[in-house]
Amino acid sequence: MATVPLGDDPVQSDARGSRTSGSAPRTKRRRSAAKRGQNLYGWIFVSPALAILVIFLVIPIFLALYISFTNWSGITSPFSSAVHFVGLRNYKAILTKPGLSQLNFGTAVRNNFYYVIFVVPLQTALSLWLAILVNNKFLKGKSFFRTAFYFPSVTSSVAITTVFIFLFSGTGAVNRILSLFGITGPNWIYDQSGIFTTILSSLGVHNPPSWANFQILGLSLWNWLAGPSFGMCVIIILAIWTTSGTFMLFFLAALQNISEEAEEASEMDGATSWQKFRYVTLPMLRPMVVLVATLGFIGTWQVFDQSFLTGPNNPTMVTPAFLAYQVSFSDFAFGEGAAIAFMLFALIVVLTILQRKFVKEDLTK
Amino acid sequence: MINRYRSRYLRLIAYAMLIVFALIYLAPFVIEIANSFKTDGDASANGLSLVPHPATLSAWDQIFGIQNNGVTDIPRWLFNSAFVATIITIASVFLASLAGYALARLEFRGRRLILGLVIATLAVPSVVLLIPQFLMLKQLGLFNTYQGMILPISVSATGIFMMRQFFLQVPVSLEEAARMDGAGIFTTWWRIVLPIVRPGLITLTIISFQGAWNQFAFFTVATTSPKYFTLTTGLANIVGGGLSAGNQFPLKLGAALVTTIPIAVLFFVFQRYLVRGRLEGAVKQ
Repeated sequence: MATVPLGDDPVQSDARGSRTSGSAPRTKRRRSAAKRGQNLYGWIFVSPALAILVIFLVIPIFLALYISFTNWSGITSPFSSAVHFVGLRNYKAILTKPGLSQLNFGTAVRNNFYYVIFVVPLQTALSLWLAILVNNKFLKGKSFFRTAFYFPSVTSSVAITTVFIFLFSGTGAVNRILSLFGITGPNWIYDQSGIFTTILSSLGVHNPPSWANFQILGLSLWNWLAGPSFGMCVIIILAIWTTSGTFMLFFLAALQNISEEAEEASEMDGATSWQKFRYVTLPMLRPMVVLVATLGFIGTWQVFDQSFLTGPNNPTMVTPAFLAYQVSFSDFAFGEGAAIAFMLFALIVVLTILQRKFVKEDLTK
Repeated sequence: MINRYRSRYLRLIAYAMLIVFALIYLAPFVIEIANSFKTDGDASANGLSLVPHPATLSAWDQIFGIQNNGVTDIPRWLFNSAFVATIITIASVFLASLAGYALARLEFRGRRLILGLVIATLAVPSVVLLIPQFLMLKQLGLFNTYQGMILPISVSATGIFMMRQFFLQVPVSLEEAARMDGAGIFTTWWRIVLPIVRPGLITLTIISFQGAWNQFAFFTVATTSPKYFTLTTGLANIVGGGLSAGNQFPLKLGAALVTTIPIAVLFFVFQRYLVRGRLEGAVKQ
């Protein structure tokens, strides 16, 4: 973990080693020939990869930006005469113009928002917790536990989601377990009621107060505050379960970098194990906590697979990433789909810039 | 004395917690296996039970095509997944080690610019590329073809960046010695440097294969024909209602197992490399 490249890494310094060797003019001539060779071979080596990156990544981004200002239906060529430039209409449809597009986008943002604020803190805390448990030097069988916790994160998300749909089906394993405690479980994936409103209505609050009718992105404040649906909770649990193993590895690497001396010194000073954790271990883990949390914020806005499998006809399971797909490939409104994708892109770019800034600050401290 | 008792007590608690967590983490897979041997009705009614009653191979007969129902050609999905993932892996490891070497070692004009481009593309989330990539495949006439499934994801910025980091760790003196002996740039790369970064190559191979095997979102926009179903897109199709009747959970769970098992095997054999790659890949951000 010591070599964390953050943009200002040894780009310039790496090939310089060769320059300092030799001083006679003869080697100078040879060097310039070698340099020409390097120029040629450098381009030969990078061009296949570069060509693919440019054709399938760079150009498509600009094409999609263009599409987001048109009414392309995905059938003809996007440059045919049937395709019209519509200015900001697609962006207005999802952001400002009241209607179905705005409602769908608002709902998707709300769904994903709850997913983010539940998944990020819980997966960060759980993975740190697992890492501390597994890192205990007096325990045997550590590698077994590490493997068990990491395994879910290497498997296919489609396969895992399939298993979770089964576990959380109406008469599935989870509801069976709940019934042992006398609880009648909901029909999880297909239950669209928000957990906060469900709690409120069990307390007797059924109707929104008048201030909660205020609309944001086509959705009333009451709907924004409804909380994740029971279906979304399944995906939240799934995400925490599959990613905590990966982030546990991050924390394990960081824990192994903390010198035993620092911990032993604090023990000598009579610190209890809680004090040792609170005042020695945790501050040293801070940069890793920041990294894991920010990686979480970036990753959790990109839910697609799980939404694809549960989202059709199930509005509380639709995320912006899946909505962009659905609007394009089911409704053939590619312009609007591209506009949604760009809003998501902008959000993720902002988060990435913030992350690079925060992580860098923390490491230079 | 008191301290020793206390630490023994604490250790017991730690073990108990670890075991509980391990059960939570592994239980879904055990339930998945058990239910693939059940009848449809048994799986729907007794999902928690680990003992199939009655036990049946009917789901597995369908999966291996012994009893074909016409909708699920899982042997074909398996072939497509294996074929596409293998080609993508070979291409991405080869191209990333070429480009990574040039960016680490060769002084050529535009190197910093290209490195900047690679680092910038690291930040582009793959889900926002779905519509643009579909558009590009259509334009190039590669929609619904194997080439279209393979080419766009046969190079990853992460892979290039990772290989570059591995090459940077190789001592320059080795290459200089080889050049002194008259070896060209290509020979130096192939004969001297690549063998040294072998652990890195294995790491990238595992990660690329895992990524390509588990790939879902991109394949859903690159193909629509069932001919090109992979295990992930095929499974998503039957989970999303592609089956004619009933829940058929045993079949779906069996198909999910077929999707999981190859990666599980790879995971247990190469765990060391996978763990390392996850960390290298993470700090790149």
